[in-house]
Amino acid sequence: MIHPGAASRLAPYRALFGARFRMLLQYRAAALGGLATQIAFGLILIMIYDAFYRSSTAAVQPMAFRQVASYVWLGQALLMMLPWNVDSEMRAMMRSGGVAYELSRPVDLYTWWYARAAAQRTAPVVLRAVPMLVFAMVGLPLLGLGEWRLGPPASLAAAIGFAAALVGALAVACAFSVLLYIAWIWTLAADGIVTVASTAVSMLSGLLIPLPLFPDWARTALRWLPFAGILDQPARIYTGHIASGELAAVLARQLGWTAVLIALGRRLLARGLRRVVVQGG
Amino acid sequence: MAQIVVEQLVKTYQIAERAPGLWGAVRGLARRRHRTVRALDGVSFAIERGELVGYIGPNGAGKSTTVKALSGILVPDSGRCEVAGRVPWRQRLDHVARIGVVFGQRTQLWWDLPVVESFELLRDIYRVPPARFAQARDQLIALLDLAPLLDVPVRQLSLGQRMRCDLAAALLHAPDILFLDEPTIGLDAVSKLAVRDFIQRLNRDDGVTVILTTHDMDDIEALCTRVMVIAGGKILSDGTLGELRRRVSRERWLTIDLAEAGAVIDDPAAQVIRRDGARVWLAFDPEVVAPAELIRRVTSRCAIRDLFVENPPIETVVARLYAAHRLDPQGAAGGAAQGAAT
Repeated sequence: MIHPGAASRLAPYRALFGARFRMLLQYRAAALGGLATQIAFGLILIMIYDAFYRSSTAAVQPMAFRQVASYVWLGQALLMMLPWNVDSEMRAMMRSGGVAYELSRPVDLYTWWYARAAAQRTAPVVLRAVPMLVFAMVGLPLLGLGEWRLGPPASLAAAIGFAAALVGALAVACAFSVLLYIAWIWTLAADGIVTVASTAVSMLSGLLIPLPLFPDWARTALRWLPFAGILDQPARIYTGHIASGELAAVLARQLGWTAVLIALGRRLLARGLRRVVVQGG
Repeated sequence: MAQIVVEQLVKTYQIAERAPGLWGAVRGLARRRHRTVRALDGVSFAIERGELVGYIGPNGAGKSTTVKALSGILVPDSGRCEVAGRVPWRQRLDHVARIGVVFGQRTQLWWDLPVVESFELLRDIYRVPPARFAQARDQLIALLDLAPLLDVPVRQLSLGQRMRCDLAAALLHAPDILFLDEPTIGLDAVSKLAVRDFIQRLNRDDGVTVILTTHDMDDIEALCTRVMVIAGGKILSDGTLGELRRRVSRERWLTIDLAEAGAVIDDPAAQVIRRDGARVWLAFDPEVVAPAELIRRVTSRCAIRDLFVENPPIETVVARLYAAHRLDPQGAAGGAAQGAAT
């Protein structure tokens, strides 16, 4: 009875995304607090790199300072897109055995959670990114800190490439977020897993240290991990550190990782559900 | 064939255990001990279309486990279970699209959304055609008196209001089976009556099959033509309320208001179970002494203002059944529970 087109098949997930997105936009106090923290973090990081660059004796840096500054601001603006946490609502639901109740709805649980993660990884960014970008692009020069500002995209091609890579980054980030949800099915104490993931994401995506500043041997490895696609590569396309011509390779790696993480997630979810034990009974 | 068929359903849980204290915690790091609990131990029953069945049992008896298996969200270890020809956990998506489930201890509404938006989300999830959705929604809003609540975020609703909204949410897609897991838990008297009235109407007018778990025996007495009792993962009793009473105990109560509070009531065939001022409760077995005979004997001995014969409250009956099961699980399950008269 239910086999109309793909549009209708996706209706539940679109509806969930829309509802959660609208709901998350209401959290203005959290956004304001987050905005202040992230601006402070961005300033501290940039001050540190500023000091490094000033005292460095190397003739050629792996990345120009203005690129580092832009990279750092993009990282702070996109912080909520990175899969470094599981929201408290989800944690509470998993801990109380609520996953069972998710199953009482006629939806594919993986897609359902992916849609949820998509809202979770976009709405807070939308809410914070605009004031953040205004501060980093316009505010800093007005304060006489033009050196530290977020510069414009390196070129029109870089801007378009950045937008495309951002979509790819979101796809990877959501697939990774769902993996963190799924961790709760396997253990009720998944906080530890989330902490490890959180550290991995902030170190390996370039959030704390831009990946070009890592030693050579590490850079090659890092480029092939999923985390680089979440922040580093889009940010470097933006600053022109990666030529726009490499966009296809970046997108391919992002899509590849998305596919791998989704396949892994689906597998872990299916197996986890088979042994799911609902608390209480 | 019956709409719901359950045969020899078994579900065991592994419960991690550790010895108390610091040493126990340290040992627990290296080696986990597990204890197996049989939540369902060979449960069988059949339910016909349009029945309204009460499903009761002490905490941890297996009620929720049964409901979860029936609603496709829990996979049992063994046994057969078919609902309208579907095996719930194997055809989960198809199955849950055609049943309604309400868990009294949680809500399936979205906490931060106004009620009406939760309803619209459910319309999309269950892919209810717009015209049918509008009709079902308006009908439920009228029956459950939801109009004033529609724009309120769910977190601001009282428990009774929330339960009414949850009932509506479970029925927007017009399921023909409804599982209710403790729908009246924590509700005030007025809300309870509203919920009961609605469930009854739904069952009577629309022919919806309802399976209701509860600890509130008033729910059972008000609603259910049939009651199943589960304890320790086994069905102890399955039948009408009258059959349940007869099974546990034939006992009746004679309540007497004496003319003088101190008067002595003494009869070999009856037992004083309680005294409160001038009111006395006698328990007796109508097969040993007919009610008329007992009343004649009592009235001939002392002055009486009023009296009436009644069944023990169903709570008492059920408590005895549970207690008998605890003392002798095999015997109670095997049907020897009538020896429980105390």
